[in-house]
Amino acid sequence: MSGFSIAQRRKLNSQLWIAICGVFAAAVAVILLLIMGYIIREGISAISVPFLTHLPRPTGIAGGGVANGIVGTLIIVGIGALMAFPAGVLVGTYLAVYSHKRVAQSLSFVADVLAGVPSIAIGIYAYALLVEPFRHFSALSASFAFAVLMIPLVIRTTEGAIALVPRELREAATALGAPESKVVLKILVVAARAGIVTGLLLSLARVTGETAPLLFTAFGSQYWELSPAQPMAELSLQIFTYAISPYADWHTQAWGGALLLIVAVFVLSVLARLSVLFGREGRHGGTA
Amino acid sequence: MTEQAIAAAAAAPLSRRSLRRAERIGSKIFVAALQASCWLFLLIVGGLVAELIWGARLSLRTFGIGFLWSSQWNPVTEQFGALPFIYGTVVTSVISLVLAAIVGILAAIYLAEFAPRRVGAYLGLLIELLAAVPSIVYGLWGLFVLAPIVANWIGPVLQDTLGFLPVFQGTIYGVNTLTAALILTLMIVPTITAITRDLITAIPMRMREAALALGATPWETAFKVVLPSVTRGIIGACLLAFGRALGETIATTMVIGNRPVISASLFAPGYTIASVIANEFTEATSDLYLSALIELGLILLVVSLIVIGMGRLMVRLFVR
Repeated sequence: MSGFSIAQRRKLNSQLWIAICGVFAAAVAVILLLIMGYIIREGISAISVPFLTHLPRPTGIAGGGVANGIVGTLIIVGIGALMAFPAGVLVGTYLAVYSHKRVAQSLSFVADVLAGVPSIAIGIYAYALLVEPFRHFSALSASFAFAVLMIPLVIRTTEGAIALVPRELREAATALGAPESKVVLKILVVAARAGIVTGLLLSLARVTGETAPLLFTAFGSQYWELSPAQPMAELSLQIFTYAISPYADWHTQAWGGALLLIVAVFVLSVLARLSVLFGREGRHGGTA
Repeated sequence: MTEQAIAAAAAAPLSRRSLRRAERIGSKIFVAALQASCWLFLLIVGGLVAELIWGARLSLRTFGIGFLWSSQWNPVTEQFGALPFIYGTVVTSVISLVLAAIVGILAAIYLAEFAPRRVGAYLGLLIELLAAVPSIVYGLWGLFVLAPIVANWIGPVLQDTLGFLPVFQGTIYGVNTLTAALILTLMIVPTITAITRDLITAIPMRMREAALALGATPWETAFKVVLPSVTRGIIGACLLAFGRALGETIATTMVIGNRPVISASLFAPGYTIASVIANEFTEATSDLYLSALIELGLILLVVSLIVIGMGRLMVRLFVR
């Protein structure tokens, strides 16, 4: 150590710490990639035509698939989106247009906090509101839970997207005599549409694969169940049941299901990012 | 013909006026719809808190405040206490937060300050994508891959080297508190890294230039100039990650072993608030049992509202 001057020691110290940071960053990426690689490897061997098109077999009997779970996931997420999208976009628009009001600022904060509430608590909420009074589980209650999970995300991304619209655009429209509703609907929302779509896609990615609130709302089902008023099968619920079961065949199917979920979530996330890119190109396309 | 033309001419200003009035009414309806949606949103949020308090009323009345520190959990005798679950939740979340904060912040410093621009962008994108992976997927991997690794490698190594500590003593199970903490770490690292990276990249370049010009090394610039200016934001990011760890349900349930006992050893099975709700909610046979589970949900809700509220406030001061 005595062979080094202070300056050299500081330089070495700096390089050492940068290397440590680099190792940590690489380690995070490598571990997460290894996990994904493992799931893809296990999942691909599980996915087959019967896996995608058949109903589950009774407990312990080999074969069968998760077709009802895939359809159930689409139905539950779809109805949830129908509830969350209009409400979320409206609230987000309000928050952006009236961002100077204190009410809007507090509501925006509430949305931020709600986005982090444990999904299991929201599951209890859906149970108390839509399961207990009717005395049976239903896909609709699961959709409601998903909607509560999605709304804050939709609100915040809509708000952010509209806030990014240049102020001059709004002022010009108002100066031309357009009423408030037209300024908002035909100028602000249209200019911010790419950002809003991104938010919708991200909220879909957020709830796809969410399991906890489904345990006591959708509950799961062995059959083809298409009525939202009844208990319904769902892919992530099936993965959970299969994973903690003692049957090797079900374990394989759980990996297959996990792969399907990852693919769905990645496609949604990538589409969301592309939507941002296209929005940016559209906005600058005219001037550049 | 002429009569019609005259009539049309006479009606024109009137119709223009009525058009303007229609527009004004339309605007009012539009604003009202926006406000109504905000009220609906508030109603949903208020309903969440109200429903949980209402559902927990039986348990609140029966056990009172003692619910928080009773370690009894016996559905047969209807004795319910939250302590084992609070303990398990806090232990797993705190361990995962400490590990994830160290790893996540250092990784973020590298991505934002030192990585070649391309590498930083791709790695950052990758980590953000992985933050979206559903928890059931991590749970599945934790149960079949991580749990055996903990039982056969990590556990024995820790016991051999640090076995004098009570937390590393006892039989090593695969599904245990340590496995749960590790899987939570993997799940919250992306959150901390992504937010910290955003905070650091938002720091103006001239601060770094000033520090470097004064003779600071790149690491001193990053650690003593850039990082301190975003400390509050990073604390916020950690609180958000902590909130996520507290409420994480499915992954924890699959790897923690689900036993309502308080054990000093990290190698013993444990239980968390979210896991017990997930496991026992549909099996709750009596009203009091269900109510006790809902009260656990209420505790979880209140704690995470506080943690996440504080975290959001701190991050918000920076990212807008």
